[in-house]
Amino acid sequence: MIMDDNRDSAAKRTFSATARLLSALKLDGPLLVALGLLSVYALIVQYSASGQSVDTVLRTLMRIGLGTLAMIALAHSSPNFLRSLAPWLYFAGIVLLLVVDAIGYVGKGAQRWLDLGLIRFQPSEIMKLAVPMFAASFMHDRPLPPTWRNLLVLAVIIVAPAGLVAMQPDLGTALLIFATGALVVLMAGLQWQVIAGLAVAAGGLGVIGWNFLHDYQRQRIRIFLDPQSDPLGSGYHIIQSQIAIGSGGLFGKGWMNGSQAQLEFLPERSTDFIFAVIGEEFGLLGLLVLLLLYLFIVSRSLFLASQASGTFARLLASSLALTFFVYVFINAGMVSGLLPVVGVPLPLISYGGTSVVTLLAGFGILMGLYSHRKLVNS
Amino acid sequence: MRIKDQWNEQRIFSSRNFAALVVMALLSVALIAKLVYLQIVRHAYYVELSQGNRVRQDPIPASRGLILDRRGKVLVDNEPAFQLELIREQTPDLPGTLQRLAALGLLDKDDLETMRRMILSRRIFDSVPLRLRLTDEEIGRFAVHRHEFQGVELRARQTRHYPYGELGVHALGYVAAVSEDDLERIDKPGYAGTTLIGKLGVESAYEAQLHGLNGYRQILVNAQGRSVDRQGAYQPELRAEAPTSGKDLVLSIDLPTQQAAEAALGEHRGAVVAIDPANGDVLALVSHPGFDPSVFGRGLTNSEYAVLTGNEDKPLLNRALRGAYPSGSTIKPVMALAGLTYNLVDPEKREFCSGQFHLPGSSHLYREGKTGKHGNVNLIEAVARSCDVYFYSLAAQIGVDRIAAFAAQFGIGSLTGIDISGEKPGLLPTPEWKQKTYKQIWYPGETVNLGVGQGYLLVTPLQLAHMAAMLASHGQAFRPRLVMGVRDAAGAIERNAPITEPGATGISAGHWDLVVKGMMGAATFGTAAAISKDARYAIAAKTGTAQVFTVAQGAKYNEKTVAERLRDHSWFIAFAPAEAPRIALCVLVENGGFGAAAALPIAKRVMDAYLLEGQAGAKPADSAKPAESKP
Repeated sequence: MIMDDNRDSAAKRTFSATARLLSALKLDGPLLVALGLLSVYALIVQYSASGQSVDTVLRTLMRIGLGTLAMIALAHSSPNFLRSLAPWLYFAGIVLLLVVDAIGYVGKGAQRWLDLGLIRFQPSEIMKLAVPMFAASFMHDRPLPPTWRNLLVLAVIIVAPAGLVAMQPDLGTALLIFATGALVVLMAGLQWQVIAGLAVAAGGLGVIGWNFLHDYQRQRIRIFLDPQSDPLGSGYHIIQSQIAIGSGGLFGKGWMNGSQAQLEFLPERSTDFIFAVIGEEFGLLGLLVLLLLYLFIVSRSLFLASQASGTFARLLASSLALTFFVYVFINAGMVSGLLPVVGVPLPLISYGGTSVVTLLAGFGILMGLYSHRKLVNS
Repeated sequence: MRIKDQWNEQRIFSSRNFAALVVMALLSVALIAKLVYLQIVRHAYYVELSQGNRVRQDPIPASRGLILDRRGKVLVDNEPAFQLELIREQTPDLPGTLQRLAALGLLDKDDLETMRRMILSRRIFDSVPLRLRLTDEEIGRFAVHRHEFQGVELRARQTRHYPYGELGVHALGYVAAVSEDDLERIDKPGYAGTTLIGKLGVESAYEAQLHGLNGYRQILVNAQGRSVDRQGAYQPELRAEAPTSGKDLVLSIDLPTQQAAEAALGEHRGAVVAIDPANGDVLALVSHPGFDPSVFGRGLTNSEYAVLTGNEDKPLLNRALRGAYPSGSTIKPVMALAGLTYNLVDPEKREFCSGQFHLPGSSHLYREGKTGKHGNVNLIEAVARSCDVYFYSLAAQIGVDRIAAFAAQFGIGSLTGIDISGEKPGLLPTPEWKQKTYKQIWYPGETVNLGVGQGYLLVTPLQLAHMAAMLASHGQAFRPRLVMGVRDAAGAIERNAPITEPGATGISAGHWDLVVKGMMGAATFGTAAAISKDARYAIAAKTGTAQVFTVAQGAKYNEKTVAERLRDHSWFIAFAPAEAPRIALCVLVENGGFGAAAALPIAKRVMDAYLLEGQAGAKPADSAKPAESKP
């Protein structure tokens, strides 16, 4: 079977050529394929969820392109470079957050955007990368698990930006920023007893913190506990999204056939609540496919993290991987009624914002940390 | 600074990685469990909710039944008209929207508050009519500003059309926008999409038959409640049910007779009621002045309504059913029958009429009316010439209790039971009634007055027409009715059987003959003799004059000097042909003076219109000339 051999060898050549290209780009093949599939999924769903808007799809494509460039660029950066960049990025982010809080552009009743004339961007997005980077770099040349003193410093590093973002107020992003930093600390080997103690303390603080929440934030928690208490007001989002998901059934109503989404009963259908559109149009199977993709991405990322060399690389990589999961879980949990409504988009699927770029940049860092492992070791 | 323990770090990190995987797996299982619960376990429930979300029933109003006269001529039908409708859920600023519509002159400022409350009382997503029957100019004015009025739409809907204008408005009634009060008593879902509801007369009394059953059409709506054709790529299956039109009503009203009655009444305030004595069919029912029913159909503003209610001629008052007046001499045939039945009268015996009467032992004088001294009169002549003295004496002999009992048999003092609402019972006085009302005893003189239909006695034109019909049919009584039956879509008419009432019993045929002869005498040589001029059928009649104010003792009554509004009301009752009556009627002309003067020619025209209809030589117009002879 000469022809088969030829074809096999041709395939092998193509494969090895691709591998060489990926290696040259410092990217990870399996993770890249999964991210690519997820992006295609995103485009398909967004076309339907936006009410068949080609414009939406094109904008997302543009952002994916931008994110891919950031990913490639960051994948090339060495862990040492990133480590040295971390404090600068972090403190620049803090300054920008202060600027936003001070003179920030008022959008959606919250100060989140910085208008640079041509583009508007959210400094909080930078913090999603800067916080784990700075926390990981702080722990890089310190003993693991962290000492009490170092833990205190880490707490300040994490809580300061999260607090600034929460004041904007953007509880969802603050939560994510806190999660990225906290995950670094957890992965750094914080003792389980300490974790348990902190959890109890957080619970206590939460009760006290209730008094400092904005009315709408409290309302969201109340609605989470009983959505039916205000079916046309604050409970509307969660009721409608549960109707959308539930009425989708096992196989869904079909692409562009979700009555909840298409007839606009579902609010924020192409952004925060896009998970419900998938549930309605592609059913439980569509959601399981999505979750499997996500779980594969997170697992692969954790694997890459475990292979990375150096404390900084491992902590940062695993934090980025797990943050991605936190993203998914908070969004899916909120849309399906498992968690209260917090404004967290479904990563890489929700339309809009700079989160696609930040996320892909994060994966670039992650892949870079992995592909630079031998250089560090040698 | 301690030396980092690479191996230990690696171990910690691996264990944490493993822990993270376990936590992730647990959370994923929880999430998937929630999804399975929503999408598998509760699937059917959520499918129903999503269906309820997107499908709305859009009502299709049923076509309101027509109203026809007894020969099938259309008295009321439907025509399309444009109206302004508002859907509350689609109107961002309801008070502001109404204000701006008022500023455009499309709504009356005084009505805004009522309108707002009415809108709020409707079912959600109901399209509430704000203004009916817009003129072309108003449609244009709204169209220019349409974009400023989110949630307000121009819609073509059916509205009532009256080919004969004001004709028979007090019998037919009218329709108007469904009000807050209406909403409380009707079946709200059944009226979804219905703009107009019957308010008076036949339109109100037969609302259930006329309204029909509204149909519906399921439509796909988006979250804003707006109708959309499709969702995504697929067209869902939507149900619809056609409306069932209301039934057409066949009235007993005879259009030419009704027209003749309205024309004959002319500018007078008054009423005409004509009844078929054989079954109680109301052939004509007029109360004048009337009003244009179509103004209610387009929505009357508060100020327009104030003009109608403030008019001193009271156009909204249905005089035929609700106008209560002293009967005057029209009651005399019943008195004569009472005297005969109680054996108090020898019909042949002549009584002397000196022009005045006083009760034994009393100095109070009861004057003869305008007819003067009659000399010696027997019963027939007394009825024919309307001799008051004869009936003063007779009434005194019968006594008030027997008069009341006897007159009650003819429906005096009680509702006739006509099939439209609003009727008044008038008043048949008794000593008990007077004691209860005024805490006074009944004076014998009041019985004397009662004998000639004055004093407390009050009757409505409908009651007198009913009484005339009973006189025509020798005491047989039918409940007066305006609706004879209904016509179905195929044109087949389902007739209702006439409703028989107890009527007047125990009166001998001979006595009936005597009284009918008296009434025929009135129409030939008596007070109503003018009516028989050129008449082609025999008529039995009785005139009447209801005093508006009492002439002082001994004063001379001069019609000319009395202000128009204080002049006596003119009554006339009749039936014809006398030997086999087909029509009995009552005419009332307010302030018309003596009964024969104003009411008689009107009665003649109405009878001509009905009895000579289609016959060669029928000249109803000729008999319309005012009677010149004073009987």
